[in-house]
Order: sequence, then C-alpha cells, then structure tokens
Amino acid sequence: MSPEAPPVLAAPFQDDVTARIARLDEARRDPLLHVDGLWKVFGAKSDRIMGTPEAELSRRELMAKTGCVVAVKDVSFDVAPGEVFVVMGLSGSGKSTLVRCLTRLIEPTAGQVTVAGQDITTASDAQLRELRRRHVAMVFQHFGLLPHRRVIDNVSYGLEIRGAGKAERRARAQEMVDLVGLSGNENSYPDQLSGGMQQRVGLARALAVDPSVMLFDEPFSALDPLIRRDMQNEVIRLHHEVGKTMVFITHDLQEALKLGDRILIMRDGAMVQVGRPDEVVGAPADDYVRDFVSDVPRSHVLTLRWVMRDPRPDESLEGPVMGPDTVVRDAARRVLDSADPARVVAGQQLLGVVDRADILRVIVAEESPS
Amino acid sequence: MTTVAERPAASAAPEPPPAPGQPKPEPVRRTGLVLAAILGIWVLGWLFLQGSATLPLGRATLTDFQAKLNDLRAAFDAARDGNFFLEYVVGGISDGLEAFVVGAQDLLSQAAFPRPVPEIGWLGVVAIGAWIAYALAGLRSTILVGASLVSFGVLGYWSESIDLLIVTFTAVLIAVAIGIPLGIAMARSRVVTAIVTPILDVMQTMPSFVYLLPLVLLFSIGPSAAVMATLIYALPPVVRITAHGLRTVAASTIEATTSMGSTKAQLLRKVQLPMAKRTIIVGVNQTMMAALSIATIAALIDGPGLGEPVIEALQTLDIGAAFVSGLAIVIMAIMLDRTTTAASQRAEAERRSARYDPRRRRIGLVGGSVLAAVCVYLSRSYLWAADPSNLPDLGRPLAEAAGAATDWFTDTFSGVTGAIKDGFTYGLLNPFQSLLADSPWWLVAAVLLAVAFVLGGWRPAASTAVCLAVILAVGLWQDSMVTLTMTLVATVLVMALAVVFGVWMGRSKGADTALRPLLDAGQTIPPFVYLVPALALFGTSRFTAIVAAIVYAGPAAIKLVADGIRGVSPTTVEAAESAGSSTLQVITKVQLPMARSALVLASNQGLLYVLSMVVIGGLVGGGALGYTVVSGFSQAQLFGKGLAAGIAIVALGIMLDRITQHTAARQGRR
Repeated sequence: MSPEAPPVLAAPFQDDVTARIARLDEARRDPLLHVDGLWKVFGAKSDRIMGTPEAELSRRELMAKTGCVVAVKDVSFDVAPGEVFVVMGLSGSGKSTLVRCLTRLIEPTAGQVTVAGQDITTASDAQLRELRRRHVAMVFQHFGLLPHRRVIDNVSYGLEIRGAGKAERRARAQEMVDLVGLSGNENSYPDQLSGGMQQRVGLARALAVDPSVMLFDEPFSALDPLIRRDMQNEVIRLHHEVGKTMVFITHDLQEALKLGDRILIMRDGAMVQVGRPDEVVGAPADDYVRDFVSDVPRSHVLTLRWVMRDPRPDESLEGPVMGPDTVVRDAARRVLDSADPARVVAGQQLLGVVDRADILRVIVAEESPS
Repeated sequence: MTTVAERPAASAAPEPPPAPGQPKPEPVRRTGLVLAAILGIWVLGWLFLQGSATLPLGRATLTDFQAKLNDLRAAFDAARDGNFFLEYVVGGISDGLEAFVVGAQDLLSQAAFPRPVPEIGWLGVVAIGAWIAYALAGLRSTILVGASLVSFGVLGYWSESIDLLIVTFTAVLIAVAIGIPLGIAMARSRVVTAIVTPILDVMQTMPSFVYLLPLVLLFSIGPSAAVMATLIYALPPVVRITAHGLRTVAASTIEATTSMGSTKAQLLRKVQLPMAKRTIIVGVNQTMMAALSIATIAALIDGPGLGEPVIEALQTLDIGAAFVSGLAIVIMAIMLDRTTTAASQRAEAERRSARYDPRRRRIGLVGGSVLAAVCVYLSRSYLWAADPSNLPDLGRPLAEAAGAATDWFTDTFSGVTGAIKDGFTYGLLNPFQSLLADSPWWLVAAVLLAVAFVLGGWRPAASTAVCLAVILAVGLWQDSMVTLTMTLVATVLVMALAVVFGVWMGRSKGADTALRPLLDAGQTIPPFVYLVPALALFGTSRFTAIVAAIVYAGPAAIKLVADGIRGVSPTTVEAAESAGSSTLQVITKVQLPMARSALVLASNQGLLYVLSMVVIGGLVGGGALGYTVVSGFSQAQLFGKGLAAGIAIVALGIMLDRITQHTAARQGRR
C-alpha cells in the first residue's frame, strides 16, 4: 500500500460493513460453533479409512478399492455469534451430510463439533436431545411439516416436546407466526399453503424454540425463483431482527453471495475455500472455484478494496471518502459523479483511491482485478 | 442379463472356456419348445401306461398314516385333562374365549335363561350398532348399519347374524390388540421383521379351509376354535399394514422432528401414529373382511353364525334358504366394509370442513346415546322390541321366490347350462384329469419336476420334489391330482378372463371406472357365498366348484393385469403407435410382453385363490381333497384322512406358489 505517511482526516472514518467484518473477526476467536477435523465416511469399516493413505484417494478410487464413500473429508471452520455462514457446493459435495453431522442426525465418523462450548460429538442421548430442543434448530428443504397438525400446532411442536405449558407455547407460536408474516393462517393445514408459505412455517417452527444456532438445509431449493428471492430477503430481514447465528446450506452461488458473511465452498466432501463473498470472487482458491464464479457480475460482489490503487502524485485527494468494503456497484454513482477520485479510508488511514476508469473497468469491462 | 445370438453350426470349433470373472453367456431359452416336448412325452406315457400305479384310495379306506392322525386326535382328547399345556394354556384360552362369546350371545343374540329372549332385544342392538357407527363413521354409516341390522331380522336370520358378528368382532379385537403393537415393533426393528414376515407369509398362503382341522386338535370344536381360526387368518393384514403405514411416514418429517429433540416415544405418539392413522384403519378394514370370510366358514367346526344355515342349505340343495342366508352375509360384508372405510376417512374430512363444530357433534353423540338407552330399555321391557320374529318376515317369501326362480331357470335353460357343463367337463376337464390322475404317479411327478425346473430353475424344482413327497406320504396321490387338475383348469380360465378384462381396463379409463368398484365389491364378499349361485346354475359337480373358483379368483387377477397394462410406459405405446402398429399389435407385441411380470403375478395369486375355492367346492360336489376335508369335519373316523388331505392341499399350494414365484422373479430379471 501507500508507502508515504497517510494524510490525516478531520475525523476517523469507518463504515458499517467494515465494522461488522471487524466485529465478526474479533468474535470468531470465541466461536459459537466450532468444527474441527470432521469426517463422515459411509460404508463398512468406514472408521479405518482416516489417517491411511487411502483417505487421499479420489472418491471413485476409494469406492472401487474399499466400497466406502467419503461424504465429508476433514472439514474445519468456526462460526462467530451472529454470523451467517454459508456452505456451498454442487449436489454430492457433502454439504447436506455436513450440516446433519453438526447435530448428529448423521453420526460423524471422526472429528469434533462444539456448540456454545458443549462438545456434541461426545454428548449423551439426553444431552443431545436437550441441545436439539434448545440450542440448534433446523429448516429443511422439504419442510418436514406435520400434515395432521395446523400451522400453529406445527410451530409450537418444539415447545410442546420440551414440556412447555399450553398457554405459553400458544402465545409464543402466535408471535412467531406473526413474525414470519403468516398471520391469519394459523388454523390452516400445511397442504393448504403454497410452498413458500410452508417454508415460512418451517422458519417459524425453528425460531419458536429461540435457538442460538439455526441450520438451513437448502431451504429454498424447492421453491420458484421469485418466491425464492422473497424468502432470501425474509431471511435477511429476520437476521436483522433477531440476529441469530445461521449456517446456511445451498447449491446456489447467487444465494450464497447474497446471504453469507462468509462462504465455505465444498467439493467431493473436502473444503476448497473459506472466505467472504468478495474474497471468493476476487481471489478464487483454484480453477474449480474460478470456473464456478466466472459468471458472477463482479461489480455486485467485489469491494473497493479490490479495485483501489495508490494515488498518482499529480492526483487530487479531495474526492469523497469511502470504506474499503463498499461494494463497487454501490460506490459507482458517487465515484462517477465526482471529478476527483474517491478516497478509500479505514479509520484514519488512506488505503488508496478509485477513479471513474477503475469503476468502469469492473462494471462495464468485467475485468478481474490483477 | 444378456442373450447371445445362436452361433452358426458351421463354426464347430471348440469354444475356449470363458475367462474367470467374466459372466458366462446365457444360452438361448426355448422354454416353449422344451415344455411342448415334456407334454409330448407325458401323453405318450399316458397312452401306454394309463391306469397303472395311480395310487387310488377308496372313500372309507385309511392309510396307516391317516389312522395315526386319528390316534393323534384321540391322544389329544385324552390328554386334555392332565397335560399342563393342553389343560391350562390351551384350555385357559379356550375357556376364556368361549365364556366371552357365550356371554355376548346371552347379551345380544341368544335366549338368556331364564329369559326367553336375549338380555338386549333386537331394537336395542340396532340402536347400539347405529350409535357406534355414528360415533366412528358418521351419519351415512349410521343409516347403513341400522338398516342392515334390521334386515337380518327381516330375513329371518337375526340370531345367526349377530352370532357371526360376535365371532368376527371378538377375533378382530384380539387381532388389533396383538397386531398393532406387533406392526409397530416390525416397523422399528429389522430383527422382528425378519422373524415375523415368513410366519405371516405362511399364514396367508395357506388355503383358509385347511387350518380349521389342526385347530380342532387343540381347541376341539365350538366357538373358541372358530374364534382362533378367524384370528389366525385375520391377523396378518393389520400387522403388515400397520408396519407399512409407519414405515412410509415421510423420512423428511421424521428427520425434522428428530432434529428438534423428540424422544422415540414422542416420535411414535405425536408423529408416526397420527400420520399412519388412516393406513392403520385400512389394515383394520382388511382384517375385518378376512375375519368375516373365515368366521363364515368356521361353521364347519361348529362356530356359531350365518355359515351354519348356508352349509345346511348347500348340503340339502335348498337354493332358496342358501340364497337368503347368503344375502345376509353379503349385506354384512358391505356394512362392515363401508363403515370401516368411512371411519378411516371421517376424522380427516370432518376436521378440515369449515362447518365442523365439535359442540354439535358432542350433542349428537349424547343425544344418540340417550336414544340408544331408551331403545335398550324398550327392548328389555316389551316383547315386540325384543323378539325379531315380530318383524315382518321377508325371508320366507324371498327364499320361495329364489327357489322358484332357480327352478324355472334350470327347467328352462337346463339344456344350455347342461350343455356348457357337459361340454366343458368332457371336452377339457375329463381328458386333462385323466392325463394327471390316470398316468402312473412317477410319470406325473417327473413331469411336474421338469416343468418346475424349466420354468423356475432348480430351487422351485427342489420345493416341488419335497411337496410331491409329502403328498405321496399322506397317501392321497390320486385325489391330489384331481384337485390339481381342477385348480389348473380354473386358473387357465381365470387368466383368460384376466387378460381380456385386464387389457380392456388397462387401455380404457372408462372401463376401469365402471368395472373396478364391481371387482372391489366382489373381493369383499366371503368366498363361501359364491358357491350359492354356482350351485343354483349347475347343481353339484366338479364344474360348479370350478365356476365358483373362477368368480372368486377373477377380480384379484383382473386387477393385477389391469395395473400391469396401465404400468406400461405411455411413451413406448406411443412410439409403437407412431410406427404404425394396429391396436392388436400394440396389445400383443408391446403391452402384454411388457406387463409379463404382472401376468405371472396374477397367475400366482389366481392359483392360490382358485386352490382355496376349489377345496371349499368340496361342499358342492367338487370331490377329491375338498370333499375329504369336509368329511373329516363331519365324521370322526375320517378326521385323520381329512387332516391328511389338508396337508396335501398345503403341499399343492406351496408347490404352485414356489413355481410361479420363481418364474415371476425370472421374468422380472429379464
């Protein structure tokens, strides 16, 4: 970056996005969800695969040699409280298995999962049940609603099985029904609702138990594109309102980029890359990811951090001030309107400048940052 | 599986042995040719050896083995007091069931000493029945049940009908009490499934007629034996369907509720059972219909109920009485079937209807129970409400009319019916029977073994060998061959019907909607009843039994074929049509070959249905094994022979089942 001393601004500058990133990075030191070296191998004698050279074989070779399938291969990550963590991969990449291992709906073969300090992998059946009842709630692709119960009774199911009184669970369920925008439908049966509305019931049901972590297993894949967009916005709204920590599984890159604070990309059960959306698009870890993100409109994801450059000696430093994590598209209008290049500032430090040509290069020419 | 083209004979060079690990090329199958060759050898053998080594057995003669079975029964009877198992376990069950049935009879159907009438007279019983129907199934069923119960009195079979209901319900209650928990256990544990499934298979493939006799060994005759027989036959459906209902609860729902921390008990109570409720009630319906059909036949072992007047009328050739009592059975079958079906649909429909008002329903239930109580009171206080003979008598005129109509019909059309019967008997049945029953036993056995091997491979051939050995051992070879003849001939006719109607239904939606309810109704009627019209038309003969068997087995086979034809991919049919095939070509070259496994399955089911009915046909002159079983019921000295005949029937059933099952499996693989 800029070698010479930074020009001093009147006041330190920091925008909301940069602040949130910093806060999550800080909070991640004491993660709410901690996953360490998680493996899931399907097949007979699957526990003998780890640590042998066979673990390094490709799926097909391993299948031919041992009859086992590695669904999740040595996955580790941390999720900060309040973070939205997206796991993305194509079908068969092991992402659904991974999310089920987090609450042992599928028993992991090896590794450790910790939620709010409690080790899940060694929990007893009773502890595990308690954890599922109070701390982790899940939303499913095919909803998994109870067809013989009305909406309100579906939403209160989690409270019912942990022994809450009727009046309490009724009130709480009604609150959740209102929160997800289903007021007036409490007495319908699930099959009387559209797919999008059914998934709102699924959302309300998960929220009703006031969990610390919400797991979403491709919740919107079965919905029409327009409904899907509505539901994504709904999740963003709910996240703003209730601030839950979320782990979100999807095969849809757009969805991942839209919702995720950070994204984990999986391929054949293994981690390929973890990073913020702009990192995944701006600096793909390998050709697989590069190919994957090649269709993404860069200006929608990349931030000024990726397009700024050092100021030239003759350049004016009077332009507008912006944070490094502002998305290029959002910054474009102000940069294009300004005669002087915009300054990218974090705190009191000038990180670089962005002028019209830099912006146009990304928006119109879709150039990748060098 | 691959089929390689035949190599030209010229390249006679010895083939190299196939490399290890490579699948051997499958030889070309020429099943039809081989079967024709077998038939040719058989006919030749029959021509020259006819009448020798046919192992006949006179009606009253017993083999040593059969005499031993008689001794066995005597030994059982003697040991009844003294042997712990017989006296306390079997005796306890038997006494308990008998006390229950007799108590219910005193209450509802038979004169309860010192009263000349039961504790509750007909009006009270009708009111209680209607109230139960209202509570479980709704208003329409209430009317159906009320009217049906009254009709039993009007037809003059009040006490017999209520007796039959008592036996049926006793067995169904026990079956449900055992069956639902067992079904739950099966759905949860593979070990239980692995143990229970084969037992249920045996219980279901055995012709119903057959296990009445072994039960007599344990339970003697009477109400308790009737309830036990009914229970054994009625148990499998509710167990299987409960397990099936629980297993088919959507995995995603189970996973979702598990992920929320449900315990296993919560999962069962709040998720699986409510979601499987409808299916389970369907299982109860099946169990009830099975129970009704066997409770009717249990009259042969002195079970109380409507079966008694039917059997009596069949044996005295009193078509009028047989018709009226048979009609009562049909009414009862419809009543039970419709009511349980309505019960399975009610809860769901009512809860969802916008007009559903729990208060109104409560008022209806309470009001109904008051009304029922009044009726019960009336029926205890006034003879007109107690004794059903005070109802208008429709039974006698109906019986006379039915008798007269039959007489008129047989007088007028005896030429036609007689010609059909004779043509069939002399043209098809007798020659084929002669081939099977008059050939030397070793020739027939060899032929059956060869056919089993050609059609299904060595495994069914092994089963066939065992079954034939059993038939030889029990000493009823020739009778078994006669029964086998009737079974095979009837099955061929059933399959002809099944293909004609099945193809029609499979191709035409209209035909399907028109015929299917008829077939469904046909399947709910207890098989016994089919003997009545067959007897009315054709008198006592083997042909009568065959006609009844065809009517009984037809619906199941037709439905299977229709489903098979419907299952053929429409794309393939469309492709065939677009290539210019005529309708006949589409049927014979596309639909029937592609529905091959359904056809084989239909003949499997058809064979088992036909066998069980042909045996029951012993009551109307079917002769052979069926007659032997019937006489085993009525004459103590022939009990052993009857039991032997029962064993032979089971052997025949298993043999036919194995051969067709394996053939079906082979067809399915191709």
